[in-house]
Amino acid sequence: MTRWTPDPTFYASPSDAAGAPAEKLAYVAAFDRAAEQPDAIAVIDTDPASETYGRVVGWTDLPHTGDELHHFGWNACSSALCPTAPHPHVERRYLIVPGLRSSRLYVIDTKDDPRAPRIVKEISPEELKSKSGYSRPHTIHCGPDGIYVSALGNGTDGGGPGGIAVLDHTTFEVRGQWEADRGDQFLAYDFWWHLTRDVLVTSEWGTPDMIEDGINPELLLGRKYGHRLHFWDLAKRTLVQSVDLGDQYQMTLELRPAHEPTKEYGFVGVVVSVEDLSASVWVWHREAGEFKVTKVIDIPAEPAATEDLPPALQPFGAVPPLVTDIDLSVDDKFLYVSCWGTGELKQYDVSDPFHPVEVGSVRLGGIVGRVPHPSFPDERLAGGPQMVEVSRDGKRVYVTNSLYGSWDDQFYPDGVGAWLAKIDVADGGGIAVDPQFFPHGDEFRGRRVHQTRLQGGDASSDSYCFPSA
Amino acid sequence: MSGGQLLALAGLGAFHGLNPAMGWLFAVARGMQERSRTVLLKSLPPIALGHLASVAIVAAVVSATESVVAGNVVGIVGGLVLVAFGLWRLLSERHFRWAGMRLSSAQLAGWSFLMSSAHGAGLMLLPVLAAGAMAGHADHAMPGMSLDGTPVAALEGLAAAGVHTLAMFAVMAGLAFAVYEFVGVSILRRAWFNMDRVWAGVMVGTGALTIALSAN
Repeated sequence: MTRWTPDPTFYASPSDAAGAPAEKLAYVAAFDRAAEQPDAIAVIDTDPASETYGRVVGWTDLPHTGDELHHFGWNACSSALCPTAPHPHVERRYLIVPGLRSSRLYVIDTKDDPRAPRIVKEISPEELKSKSGYSRPHTIHCGPDGIYVSALGNGTDGGGPGGIAVLDHTTFEVRGQWEADRGDQFLAYDFWWHLTRDVLVTSEWGTPDMIEDGINPELLLGRKYGHRLHFWDLAKRTLVQSVDLGDQYQMTLELRPAHEPTKEYGFVGVVVSVEDLSASVWVWHREAGEFKVTKVIDIPAEPAATEDLPPALQPFGAVPPLVTDIDLSVDDKFLYVSCWGTGELKQYDVSDPFHPVEVGSVRLGGIVGRVPHPSFPDERLAGGPQMVEVSRDGKRVYVTNSLYGSWDDQFYPDGVGAWLAKIDVADGGGIAVDPQFFPHGDEFRGRRVHQTRLQGGDASSDSYCFPSA
Repeated sequence: MSGGQLLALAGLGAFHGLNPAMGWLFAVARGMQERSRTVLLKSLPPIALGHLASVAIVAAVVSATESVVAGNVVGIVGGLVLVAFGLWRLLSERHFRWAGMRLSSAQLAGWSFLMSSAHGAGLMLLPVLAAGAMAGHADHAMPGMSLDGTPVAALEGLAAAGVHTLAMFAVMAGLAFAVYEFVGVSILRRAWFNMDRVWAGVMVGTGALTIALSAN
């Protein structure tokens, strides 16, 4: 049933959203690498006034095993206020949760008891494959005319092309494949858009058979993973332009367009350069109608002793930063960059997107560093800051430590563990770990943790159609 | 058309103009995106034109039909259609689907036409038009006369759509201007009450009323 007034978590503009109240709960994807126990959505208390602050306060097991939960998203967000197809009286209440390995999707209702989300619908892998021609669903965004789901693989054999499937806003039925003309786009990973410009952007990782058994050194050194960005006409659903960053820049992953609708730029992280193991962040922007992609951040590899490195890295004598997630604050001022290899979260002031200035850094875990959390100084942490989520007001940042099951095992062969850290942001820049908040280890019941979603929305969940006042 | 009818048509026009989904909000968004009041103002006529086209088709068909059939048939059938459409709008949670915000003026008029049609904007005028027909039939009791009157009746329908759209345009322009210049879109999250549900309720109510009046 629809509401009489718009859902209070919808905001017309980014500046309105930045004034949203602090989140009380966080939802975290938790998966069992062994596929023996079911994956789960863990609910974390994020209210500092609560007695259970920083603890796992809810847990919803899924009915199957081996889904490998990864990313997920809301059924509706601030884009419901967009004027061409407004539907602001729907509720933001369902999490759309894909299994990256199983290709199954779940619809999970958080309304009745936000601490005990309830599974209300399941979309089978067969249904997704037959109706959209895709498998391995990944990113979810609430679009103007449906829920968009990116997927890594085709529906038949573990190869490509990957692309985008669209789900119905109300019934969650798979409506079909999004692309009307994909040109030579083959690899897929993330996507997002400039809604008011009718531009959709997609990035490239690899097809399922290139990633599911672990990162393949031959493919990597052969520069076969993705290194392009694609720009699409959102209304016509056609590929307009592809930009190649250069094949040494392997794996263009997370896309973070500016939230402000009048701006037409965004950031993309590149995992690794095969030339020197560095990672990089690039900005896409438009000049005279054409998209260009410019490198704005370079993060070098850190030299390391061979005996400190996992077998996969021993030939190189260095730790690659492995930038595997980035996140842009709702006011487009700060960019957070996860260096999962070196175990560092970097904060950049990107007020001038072409000249980022590093203003903060926190170290946790890392392949060599194994930096402990300040509240548990004796526990050497594995994994590093990986999935980053920023609160709407930009004051809190949450990071989890698992990348992707089979890849965790290669870079952290003695076990990646499971932890979720909260990082506080000082006004004007600067970040520090919150010592009070550190759900980890057994609290996650043997699962690894990936994406975090904040109750009411966060910096990577909503799109806005109206400029800030 | 009587003064009462004109007033009713204008009132429904104002009601349609008030609905953010019918276009004033899109005009505001276009103006804000380009930081230009001119863009906002230029967006209003195509939106009104699309609305006019959507309403005029229904109005012309209804007026022409009722000039050839018995006085209460259009009222009863039309009332049933209105009730059914209103109930469907009330119970279905499906919303108008559209992707793409950078539209030319022609595309904007097309968008408005589809948006108005999907909402059944023209249907809502049915009770007023049906009331006109019954009055007309009472005036000319000669059955054979009506056939020749079909084009004239259709024109009368178009005039009704015109009056309706003028009122819609005035309210839409006033709202768009006020929100763009003074109020700001932040108000949407509090003040945007569910027009779709009210809209559907009005349809069911007026449809039922039309049936009751026509059946008499």
